[in-house]
Amino acid sequence: MNLPEFLAMGGYAVYVWPSFGLTLIVLIHNVRAARRYHAAAREQAMRRLAASRKQP
Amino acid sequence: MRWTWFHKLASPPHFYRLAGRLTPWFAWPAFLLIVAGLYGGLVLAPPDYQQGDGFRIVYVHAPSAWMSMFAYATMAIAAAIGLVWRIKLAHAVSAAAAPIGAWFTFCALATGSLWGKPMWGTWWEWDARLTSELILLFLYLGFIALRASIDDRERADRAGALLALVGIVNLPIIHYSVYWWNTLHQGSTITKFGKPSMTFDMLWPLLVMFAGFTLYFGAVLMTRLRGEVIRRERDASWLREELAR
Repeated sequence: MNLPEFLAMGGYAVYVWPSFGLTLIVLIHNVRAARRYHAAAREQAMRRLAASRKQP
Repeated sequence: MRWTWFHKLASPPHFYRLAGRLTPWFAWPAFLLIVAGLYGGLVLAPPDYQQGDGFRIVYVHAPSAWMSMFAYATMAIAAAIGLVWRIKLAHAVSAAAAPIGAWFTFCALATGSLWGKPMWGTWWEWDARLTSELILLFLYLGFIALRASIDDRERADRAGALLALVGIVNLPIIHYSVYWWNTLHQGSTITKFGKPSMTFDMLWPLLVMFAGFTLYFGAVLMTRLRGEVIRRERDASWLREELAR
């Protein structure tokens, strides 16, 4: 099978590729959002900790 | 039966570190399985005799739909544990699972729509399977919005848990909708009992994708949970030590 034939997906390219593309975007987004969520929580807690040290 | 292991597991500092250690053990196998599943599904699997290459959407659609339900079940079971035994970590699991499940539900609906257009001739049909999956999305969004609207965390936990539990009635409806009502949606390809209605070259990439997506959910859930635990434990002394490291 050659590349153009593979990309054409037997005429279903406009349905197949957006499906796979969208799913990959969602998968990547979920990972990034989770990491941001964790990092933001850490940072917030650190700031809180630093502020509480200044005012005992 | 000794419950010490359970109390240890549910203790925030122990769980925070455990989740961090577990994440790569979920993430790497998930990554490898998804790559293998994509290759198997897009390249190795033969075209379908009726749907040609269009059937390949199943390799992202079915695992997304599976995860949309798996994440909800996780959320609801955790909610029940949180309500009955008053374990805060269980509520954290509930809260962490919701956004991931919502995204998978969106993905299942969108890829289903992209599959429906060429095969059924329509992007959307108000039939049982599609409508119940859309309700699942609204349940997730309702759960997230309800939690966000209540400032007191314990009240938010309890209110969200009740909503999650009431909504679990939707899961069997989604699953059996293709048998209970006349629907455009095809029936199950993989059933627990009886032979799958698919040849092995088509089936294995699908099973690999199911496994990959499930492990992926585990990895993302662990990361989100660590964030949840910090937000809930912000004044605890263990967190001071943990963050100082």
